[in-house]
Amino acid sequence: MELRKINDLTWEIPKAGPMRVPATIYASSRLLEGVKRDLTLQQAKNVACLPGIQRMSYVMPDAHQGYGFPIGGVAAFDLEEGIISPGGVGYDINCGVRLLRTDFAEKDVTAKRKELLAEIFKEVPAGVGKGGITKLSRGVLRDILTKGAEWAVENGFGTSDDLVMTEENGRMKDADPAHVSERALERGIPQLGTLGAGNHFLEIQKVAAIYDPATARVFGIEAEGQIMVMIHCGSRGLGHQVASDYIELMENTFGTKGLPDRELIHAPIRSPLGRQYYEAMCSAVNYAFANRQMIAHWVRDVFAKVLGTSNGMRQVYDVCHNVAKFEKHLIDGRVREVCLHRKGATRSFGPGRPEIPPVYRSSGQPVIIPGSMGTASYLLVGTEAAEDLSFSSTAHGAGRVMSRHEALRRFRGEQIRDELLQKGIELRSSSWKGVAEEASAAYKDVEEVVRVSHEVGIGKMVARLAPLGVMKG
Amino acid sequence: MKKKFRYLNHTADAKFQAFGRNLEEAFANAALATASLMWNPEKVGPNVSYPVAVEGRDLEQILVRFLEEIVYFFETKGFLLHSTEDLRVEKTPDGYRLRGVFRGDHHSADHALFGEVKAVTYNEIKVETGEGVTLQVVLDI
Repeated sequence: MELRKINDLTWEIPKAGPMRVPATIYASSRLLEGVKRDLTLQQAKNVACLPGIQRMSYVMPDAHQGYGFPIGGVAAFDLEEGIISPGGVGYDINCGVRLLRTDFAEKDVTAKRKELLAEIFKEVPAGVGKGGITKLSRGVLRDILTKGAEWAVENGFGTSDDLVMTEENGRMKDADPAHVSERALERGIPQLGTLGAGNHFLEIQKVAAIYDPATARVFGIEAEGQIMVMIHCGSRGLGHQVASDYIELMENTFGTKGLPDRELIHAPIRSPLGRQYYEAMCSAVNYAFANRQMIAHWVRDVFAKVLGTSNGMRQVYDVCHNVAKFEKHLIDGRVREVCLHRKGATRSFGPGRPEIPPVYRSSGQPVIIPGSMGTASYLLVGTEAAEDLSFSSTAHGAGRVMSRHEALRRFRGEQIRDELLQKGIELRSSSWKGVAEEASAAYKDVEEVVRVSHEVGIGKMVARLAPLGVMKG
Repeated sequence: MKKKFRYLNHTADAKFQAFGRNLEEAFANAALATASLMWNPEKVGPNVSYPVAVEGRDLEQILVRFLEEIVYFFETKGFLLHSTEDLRVEKTPDGYRLRGVFRGDHHSADHALFGEVKAVTYNEIKVETGEGVTLQVVLDI
């Protein structure tokens, strides 16, 4: 496969054969080496062949092989000729990250961090097979799928200020639970308000470095040592089932002939099935927003209980990194609405975009990039340049480099816990095996990923957040 | 005895091959490979049974749907698979049908859970028939 170097951090697969557009990869030569070892580039090329794709098939710095689309893939499709694909969103619909800032400094928390973590572990259900606190009726669940985080706020979880500080204000308006299967509802009922397992986590962090003090202040960060809380989770079994259901429905309607990978199955955006998937996907997005809203509320409760107050625990932002949306972008010199797929990629709107909260309209939106377990996470800011470079998108995390199987062979959960403790990081988990699988050595270097985003200009560094307490599912 | 299944290297997810002398045996082994990522099937008693029946347009689709049943039964009924019984794959006018029984038990404090399978994918899926049957599946975990 031809790979052309555009500059030190930008690579292109030129348009060839059935490709309708070229593919662009943002990576340092070190990250590129990793990407070349799996099917990421082939998958980016496959995406470039899909009907109605606009401008470019993009690959973010943290990319790795997915199914159908690569993880870290960004693609926009024309509304008339284009397609929508469950494989371009991923199984964990609206997997995303929420960040809270606090008025606490490290010294307020150091002695109490073990207790804080223990209490959070008690309040927030996590891990495999852990049910939520509420037994929901189907009627209530449908309400949640329609209203997202708004439902949670109406029911006493958090405040309306949180909604303003959430992508889409915590509610995708096109959601229609009528297109969510009974099976997906059944999976969603016991899991609302749960963190889940795998790479999902909740961290108590401190601000470890500030790179852009002016923007940091806009985001509510005043000084190093300030305590933050990060929540990373998604739509659980409900979202997974929506993806599985529509992959199958699309296969049965359109067939799989000619697809280089069955996970690339798609439907025309204008088809009834394409629309139904979109409305079901929006419902799953809303479930995930409600989920993070509830978890954030419980975390505030715990801080109030253990530290005496939760005043000042404001939400910096909540971002989705597995989603398809209708967005306006500048293509060939004119503004057009497209169906934008971000799979393992974060929206990175710069200043002026009407979709972002008013307080961020002159700075650009906060972009939250979680690191792997026990390493640093980063807060970035969206840029105007990202519009031209990546349809306003950047990385979503560290990205795996080692299989879970290999990680299990190399690491032991208890050993990782001890090593983190030596670094001053408390760890709680429901599974030591899960901890070993998520060992930070199994991930790309998040600092390198963030550096590439910063230097390419698709998301600029604002602050570095280091963990003090980690809760893993 | 020939290996029932083996895990292959995959960056982000779990990929396995399951083997059998025929489709039914390979499907039964694929079920064990899937369940083994979440709990140890040998440590679950065969105390409860659920009938399972799936249809699909091709063998790949019934394989995906069959393995999804394991995740679905676990998430909605707290059911942990020990083994499958009486699996039968039949050709239908529109494709294939699989019927059989899941044996296992409901989750209790005695059972250790150590992983989550989110979904069964079509990525790199293979159903190879010949001398024996080899199935290949990537699970999103």
